[in-house]
Amino acid sequence: MVSNVADYKTEVHNDWCPGCGDFGIVSAIQMAMAEMEIPRHKAAIFSGVGCSGKTSHYLNVYGIHTLHGRVLPFSQGAKLANPEMTVVAVGGDGDGLGIGAGHFVAAGRRNVDMTYLIFNNGVYGLTKGQASPTLKLGLKTKSLPEPNVNQSVNPIALAIASGFTFVARGYAYDVRQLKDLIIAGIKHRGLSFLDVLQPCPTYNDINTRDWFSGMDNIDEMTNRPRPRIYKLEDTGYDPIVHIDSPEEENEKLTQALIKSNEWDSKIPTGIFYQNDIAQSYDQRMLERIPNYLENPPAYQIISEGSKSISDISKMLDKLEI
Amino acid sequence: MSSIDLTWVIGGPQGGGVETAANIFAGACAGCGLKVFGKREFYSNIKGEHSYFGVRISDKIVRSNVSGITMLVGFDAETIFRHADAVFDDGAIVYESDLSAIKTDEVHTLDAQFKKRLETYLSSKNKPFTIQGALDTAKERGVTLYPVSFKEILGNLSDETNNPKLRGMFRMQNVLAVSISIGLLGLPPETLLKSVGSVFSRKAEIAEMNKTAANYAYNFSTVKYSKFKYQLSPIPKEDHIMLAQGFQSTSLGKIACGCRFQSYYPITPASDESVFLESNEIIEVENNRPGSTLVVQTEDEISAIGMVIGASLTGARSSTSTSGPGFSLMAEALGWAGINEVPLVLTLYQRSGPSTGLPTRHGQDDLQFAIHAGHGDFPRIVYASGDTEEGFYDTAKCFNFADIYQIPVIHMMDKFIASTVSTVKRFDPTKITIERGKLLEKIDEPDYKRFRPSPDGVSPRSRLGLENGIFWNTGDESDESGHISEDPENRIYKMDKREHKMELALEQIPKEDQAINYGISDYCILSWGSTKGPILDAIEMLNKAGYKVGFIQIKMLHPFPTKYVQSLLTGVKKIIDIEANQYGQMGSLLNEYLDRKVDYYILKYTGRPMTCDELFDSIKKIIDNKAEKKQVLKYGV
Repeated sequence: MVSNVADYKTEVHNDWCPGCGDFGIVSAIQMAMAEMEIPRHKAAIFSGVGCSGKTSHYLNVYGIHTLHGRVLPFSQGAKLANPEMTVVAVGGDGDGLGIGAGHFVAAGRRNVDMTYLIFNNGVYGLTKGQASPTLKLGLKTKSLPEPNVNQSVNPIALAIASGFTFVARGYAYDVRQLKDLIIAGIKHRGLSFLDVLQPCPTYNDINTRDWFSGMDNIDEMTNRPRPRIYKLEDTGYDPIVHIDSPEEENEKLTQALIKSNEWDSKIPTGIFYQNDIAQSYDQRMLERIPNYLENPPAYQIISEGSKSISDISKMLDKLEI
Repeated sequence: MSSIDLTWVIGGPQGGGVETAANIFAGACAGCGLKVFGKREFYSNIKGEHSYFGVRISDKIVRSNVSGITMLVGFDAETIFRHADAVFDDGAIVYESDLSAIKTDEVHTLDAQFKKRLETYLSSKNKPFTIQGALDTAKERGVTLYPVSFKEILGNLSDETNNPKLRGMFRMQNVLAVSISIGLLGLPPETLLKSVGSVFSRKAEIAEMNKTAANYAYNFSTVKYSKFKYQLSPIPKEDHIMLAQGFQSTSLGKIACGCRFQSYYPITPASDESVFLESNEIIEVENNRPGSTLVVQTEDEISAIGMVIGASLTGARSSTSTSGPGFSLMAEALGWAGINEVPLVLTLYQRSGPSTGLPTRHGQDDLQFAIHAGHGDFPRIVYASGDTEEGFYDTAKCFNFADIYQIPVIHMMDKFIASTVSTVKRFDPTKITIERGKLLEKIDEPDYKRFRPSPDGVSPRSRLGLENGIFWNTGDESDESGHISEDPENRIYKMDKREHKMELALEQIPKEDQAINYGISDYCILSWGSTKGPILDAIEMLNKAGYKVGFIQIKMLHPFPTKYVQSLLTGVKKIIDIEANQYGQMGSLLNEYLDRKVDYYILKYTGRPMTCDELFDSIKKIIDNKAEKKQVLKYGV
């Protein structure tokens, strides 16, 4: 069994900007896979297009760098055809919440057993810093000709409203916490979503590492910065739906939505919502196809030599006159 | 006995049971050994708009519709207004007698353009704008009228069977209309009743009630009316004949050849296939545990093809099925499959474009788009089936092409085939083969590389989950492992490696799978897809009239089998291109690839399929040297 982080790294040259938050995310994924001792050939990482799209090339597991906005369709198709795979999908906030927003919502409804990370930095980095869907209204990051004219989307709230059954937020510079969140997300049976705050050192000069650490907000008494980031678990917050009742579910959804609106001075990280009771897509499939998990599409035997062994005679009988 | 060949048409509002009626009629005829070719026409609408179903019946194989109706059946006014004029002079109209006084103004579903044409026509015959006017016009031409009061029949039936419920069962008038037709046409009642039973097989009580009604109406017609001029009679039944709808061919082909993942977004006429697959999702497998097809309805067609690619990467045979608008959305991902050498089958049930176009009508509109969809240069196969039977066997071939050459394959079908109900030989799954090419089951070498050079350009293919088989894919150009590479030499290697598969396909795919030669003559038809049926029927008519014409049906449209087609055309004097689109899209391919140009075009883009007799007329005109370079066909309501 492999359990060495180095085994999950490739030798591909990494061309992200120095100081990019993406490095921390890749490390966290590698550490999570090593800690979980997932055999490399049983894991697949799918990525969208943009800086985060290159993530799949830096992990030594099956790596599928898909199209802009389409990481969820590709990855869900693979997971559904081969449920034995551990599937992790990654992409930027423009990828997942701009061009791919329709897939985001539909994936939530489906609840396929996999994990999706959004590298959230508020800008389209690879095309030189245009405003992305998570950039707040009125902000003017350094390469914008005019302040952002659109409202921002709230990824956590959107995930909750769409039916994701595990919704969390990590921070690219807290690799340990992020690794734990990824592990929890992978272990969760159903679709887990991680909104990862990932400062872009090149194009987002507002939501910077210093900004998240509160360097602009010094406590006059102690002369120390007041960090914006805090951990939900430190506040006694309980994200888990414990009993199968609409009341319990509503309560947990509502508190998560309220928490998801915190920004500016206080930004929560950790698990916002977790529902292990809701059925995942594969569990729903079992009701229709009882041997779906033992004999999934990827492993079905369809021929003997070049002869078809699927028996369609009953269907043909029905059509005969 | 002289040959039988007649066309029965039933019309009515959408949702009013027209399709059920036609299926009963087709089943009753097919049950007597007769050959059946039926086609449904409908509006993009759920309830109320006019739909109709034409069934051609013969003792010989029929592959198309004719221009004209032998017996028209209408229990609503619109059917009479729209079709009375198409009834042959020696044909008949069976209609609800209550309708006589209805004026064109009272039928709100008659569109203004049609209404104006009809009223002009009735004026020219000095007739009022009523059903009676339309019927009298037909009668003057010689058409026999059979007025029927369906209401009265229901009433009598209700009294005789002591079942008051029946009096108000107006939905049953379609069964009554079919039964009266069968009576008038002289077929025995047994097959009619059997057909009623099988159409309503899911609900025993309803089946019984309908059988009673059918029997009653059948007897009523034989007693009340004199026999119709044309009579059908049973002929010896061939073994193993099915009455199948076109879309069932690709569905059954997919199950038989091991497609185990299908994703789709609802669209007419393609989704019938996916619904069939889902309805039959559990698959019996010889000497093995049951298999299954996982059918996923996605949020859009972009997702549908994305999921297919993901599923195919795991080694499962995977496909999607769509129509023009959905295919447009799939273009970007098609290129991704091309650059990453991912096998997939995209079944393209074409309809009339552009845009939503005529959403429920026929067209061969997407050939050039299928060949060019997606940006950049990448290999694909575009393969077209000509009818229901071909649809089954070609599906299996398309999956083999996809696996062998590791490419996307676009299987061209269309609305005409999809909604055709016809008698076909039972599909024979032992005639299909499953060739998975270089798909690996096991990898021992430690340094596997997905895109490693190989003499034929096709590299051994790993699949997600295989030990030692890790690879990378990217929409960027990539190196042998699949990591991004912008190196110019690597670029040439990868581009040429991929494109070489097209030469390989042309070399390896048997000629008879590339094009079908039905005979060569001075005048030679070149066509593709569902025009096959009307063309073959027209050729028979031409031969009888003393005209000779050749026909080549091109099945593989990309890569284009230039050499083979060129060789067949040696000695041919004139090429006639026949297609159901405006531009003559295959004609453009012929002009591009052959060392000669198309001489004549016969095109149709009304959304209605070609009939054999309009083709007969237009081909005859060409041979008689009386035709323009381009003829546009128009028949159909």
